[in-house]
Amino acid sequence: MRVWAIFKKELRLYFTSPVAYVVFTIFLLIAGYFFYNIFAFFTLASMQSAMNPAMARDLNVTDGVMRPLFSNVSVILLLLMPLLTMRLFAEERRSGTIELLLTYPVRDGAVLLGKYAAALVLYASMLALTLLYPGIVAYFVRLEAGPLLTGYLGLVLMGATFIAVGVFASSLTENQIVASITTFGILLIFWILGWSADYAGGAAGKLLQHLSIIEHNESFARGVLDTKDIIYYVDFTVLALFLTLRSLETRRWKG
Amino acid sequence: MIEVQGLTKQYGPVTAIRDVSFRVEPGQVVGFLGPNGAGKSTTMRILSCFMPASGGSARVAGYDVLTQSMEVRRRIGYLPESVPLYTDLRVAPYLDFVAEVKGLARGERRRRVAEVMDRCLIGDVQNRLIGKLSKGYRQRVGLAQALVSDPEVLILDEPTIGLDPRQITEIRSLIKALAGRHTVILSTHILPEVSMVCSGGVVIINKGAIVAQGPIETLVEQFFPTARVEVEVIGPPAAVREMMRAIPGVVSVHDEAITNGAGRYVVESSRDRDIRAEISRLAAQQQWSLLELKRVGTTLEEVFIRIVAGEETTAEAGEDAAP
Repeated sequence: MRVWAIFKKELRLYFTSPVAYVVFTIFLLIAGYFFYNIFAFFTLASMQSAMNPAMARDLNVTDGVMRPLFSNVSVILLLLMPLLTMRLFAEERRSGTIELLLTYPVRDGAVLLGKYAAALVLYASMLALTLLYPGIVAYFVRLEAGPLLTGYLGLVLMGATFIAVGVFASSLTENQIVASITTFGILLIFWILGWSADYAGGAAGKLLQHLSIIEHNESFARGVLDTKDIIYYVDFTVLALFLTLRSLETRRWKG
Repeated sequence: MIEVQGLTKQYGPVTAIRDVSFRVEPGQVVGFLGPNGAGKSTTMRILSCFMPASGGSARVAGYDVLTQSMEVRRRIGYLPESVPLYTDLRVAPYLDFVAEVKGLARGERRRRVAEVMDRCLIGDVQNRLIGKLSKGYRQRVGLAQALVSDPEVLILDEPTIGLDPRQITEIRSLIKALAGRHTVILSTHILPEVSMVCSGGVVIINKGAIVAQGPIETLVEQFFPTARVEVEVIGPPAAVREMMRAIPGVVSVHDEAITNGAGRYVVESSRDRDIRAEISRLAAQQQWSLLELKRVGTTLEEVFIRIVAGEETTAEAGEDAAP
């Protein structure tokens, strides 16, 4: 019940300040632009393939529209998600409200859970707004439901990880900008880790590839549901939340 | 209701408070006094379970603040010095949030929020954003959030700071009305406030250590063992001084000022004797003209300054309290 109270408060704060509106607007603007370009390009390609039936065989909307869209949306998320989460603890620390919050009869874990859930719901609703794009596609052609679902599941899982990292970074500082840059830095490092996998080769290469945060999203977009990928995101999220809890506890031994 | 035993807090190498012990009986309002940086806020943060002490123990409402922190938190209302509030929330939803986090059921919550807004005189701003409120209103919203769960114990860090004189009076009478039902510990700089509000006595802290505690009258007697009478009289100064000194019980006679023949003296005597009658008889006998004769009360301010200044001279060098 107390988690619920904190959840409601956080959501309310998102919408009484301009943060949520700005992030939603920018996200939809850019995602819409990407969608338009990808869809227009696909239309062009299918027109050309009308002359060349051999080419038409390889053409489908899942690979031609949804996959590139998902991968573009991931990049926007990398840039925007730190802005959604930076406030969560940093602002409480800066304004001192954390002193009141943590003296209410509520456990640190409940505070964390409430805040995390609020950010997650906000993110999910932002993502839900992009369902318009597959809707448009489905109006013209038959769209396979399977890969669409896994693609969205992949984005939700990856976003959940981004938020957990963001919450953690926010708990480290009272400066929102520092929190945001830290989040972005951590996410970007995990994003590009996979790039060196090819040169590293062997076990190290495999490890790097496995650690890459974006690598695991590819298979979701292809319509492949692999427990390995799900576990990666869940592990990452749980670890980040666990570290956040520890970071909140430092006040118990630090002055 | 509040029992503090040997509490110590260190911030790295700096000792903020050391070996602080005091107790507050149920239903009392106790003032927690001390100069800036003496350790008042540190003590209150420990009592409110925000941070743990480095040593010693504290019990609030019968529970240990460290090992039974949830039980303590359920029973306290806390107002930190900086009055931290969510500036992006409106007053009524904010109080509703606090009430919900403190575990009040829905129906009770609505009733309590309305009640507490009424009591703290913030009903007229309930739909305003907290960030847009004046300091006085914010202070009262802060007090309202401490009161909303009707807690047994209230820990108020400078509750009247930043208020205008009328609001101060209102908040004081509000706090006064809390006595009996609630146990209150409040810190303040404004000493007359303490005499007015704190029926349960005071605890004075300086440089991280308790230097005096008890009912105000006891402290006055302890630090000012003599009663003082101010006399303004026309008569030969030397004789006046000498003869007043001779009255039984008089400890000392000081000249204050001599203006156009009239001398002003402060006569100190032991507390159990009222020497005013004798002085007036003496003046009549000696045919001095007695212009004024009055008892001088000792204010808490004088006690406080004497205690803190006395500490200053005897304090060991090199130790400093953290803010």
